[in-house]
Amino acid sequence: MSQPPLSDAARAGQSTFDGDKARALIPQARLAGPMPWVLAIMVALTVLAAGAGLSLGNLAGGARSELSGGATVQILDADPTTRAQQANAAQEALQSMDMVAQSRLVPQEELDALLEPWLGTAGDAETVPVPALIDVRLGGRATPEAMERLRDRLADVAPDARIDAQSSWLQPVFSALRSLQYLALALVLLLAVTSAAAVFLAARSALGNNRETIAIVHLLGGTDGQIAQLFQRAVLFDSILGGAVGLVLGLAAILGLGYQFAALDSGMIASAGLDWVDWILIALIPILGVVLAVATARFTVLAAVRKML
Amino acid sequence: MSGGDGEVAFFDNVGLRYGTGKEILTDVSFSLWPGSFYFLTGASGAGKTSLLKLLYLAQRPSRGIIRMFGSDVITMPRSRLPGFRRRLGVVFQDFRLVDHLSAFDNVALPLRIAGVDESELVQPVSDMLEWVGLAHRSEARPETLSGGEKQRVAIARAVIGRPDILLADEPTGNVDPDMALKLMRLFESLNRLGTTVIVATHDVHLLQNVRSSMIMRLDKGRLADPTGALRYPPRKPASSEGQQ
Repeated sequence: MSQPPLSDAARAGQSTFDGDKARALIPQARLAGPMPWVLAIMVALTVLAAGAGLSLGNLAGGARSELSGGATVQILDADPTTRAQQANAAQEALQSMDMVAQSRLVPQEELDALLEPWLGTAGDAETVPVPALIDVRLGGRATPEAMERLRDRLADVAPDARIDAQSSWLQPVFSALRSLQYLALALVLLLAVTSAAAVFLAARSALGNNRETIAIVHLLGGTDGQIAQLFQRAVLFDSILGGAVGLVLGLAAILGLGYQFAALDSGMIASAGLDWVDWILIALIPILGVVLAVATARFTVLAAVRKML
Repeated sequence: MSGGDGEVAFFDNVGLRYGTGKEILTDVSFSLWPGSFYFLTGASGAGKTSLLKLLYLAQRPSRGIIRMFGSDVITMPRSRLPGFRRRLGVVFQDFRLVDHLSAFDNVALPLRIAGVDESELVQPVSDMLEWVGLAHRSEARPETLSGGEKQRVAIARAVIGRPDILLADEPTGNVDPDMALKLMRLFESLNRLGTTVIVATHDVHLLQNVRSSMIMRLDKGRLADPTGALRYPPRKPASSEGQQ
């Protein structure tokens, strides 16, 4: 037999192991496998939860800033004449105060229209006394000190006036919105953990299915990093695909809900829209998902191959 | 104790046991010199494959000292072991070819792992397949190859990277006598290029076919040295000295 045609190429000491031939070492299920679809569902749900959380944040923020300088003056006297006199006097007094940016005596017709669903159109101002209302916008925040100053100013001209900061009425609503925001954040974290767990299980399964190939690569001088890279590539492809599909599904759901809420034509709901920073954050979700999936796959594989010598 | 420069492998009082079982290898001590040809013999179950596993760094010993190419591989960090494995060529008893890769890709695997560019490996791999007589089967997958063909693919994969040490576990176990002789000539050719060759076999006829070979005989996990060349004078076998 002639002299063997040996190659010195392997002694070059390079460390990369890339390309289609490296990919062929670990056969991929690709779209036939469950991983891209599991990740797509996870990303879609995360996008939805994040969108809801951001939207609630905007809603609470908008309402808070709108109401932070708002106060309501109610004249509670049962006699319509006295009530009207005190309301007009209070309105004049308020307009003379520097701290008041704007005040509006709510017309009786508007009050009647507000109460119509409960009292009907046959309501009589004398049989069902309705307080006179003055909507007040302060230059600053409606702090307890500001409320106290208003009360002092109105005590003489409108002794039956009751003054409340509007934000205090909505405090329970703000608390509920904050709870929902925390819930959305918890959902995002839970979905991230679940996605990582799914990738972990998939990587473990792939490791099991390719145990012999990995052992051969290991014995031929493959490094832990090279072996991990084989699996990272597969997960990278799956997670990019899953992330893209999940993002499209999640955005479709957010936009669909957005149009439905927009149809309510409520001022408060209008402030719940997403701004461009929110959209960027949502667009980052599939990217973070890809990073999380690839990192999980890498650490799973490294932990497994480190058990080999 | 030696284990300094010169030897490609040095074992001193090496013992190996799996778990809490009895020792498979006991007090194994020897030196392997560059460019030498060794036969590792012994009955089935004597510990030949276990000793080869220690040599190709698939197993840590339970005790003793192992140096490869002058470095202590037992205390060496794991991250440095791949570099040593790339200096070894191994022909496994059960071939261990990657089933879903072609013969060409199996032979190319060590070069790809070493980071050799695709354009640079096509010719060497094709030449190697031609040399082992499998140029016409380069695209065949292992499942379609005969036992002898698989054996030759495994050998081609083991030697393609020009290893410093070639370890072959029963390399003639699946081939007819003619092919066995051809494989021995192949190993001799490689040996003449400076590769240290260790062939584990229980086929005594093979031993007579390589004149300059030395014999390591394992008996119930203990090593005997019938040719007197493993550890004590002569420190370096004549064939090795001739090549220094």
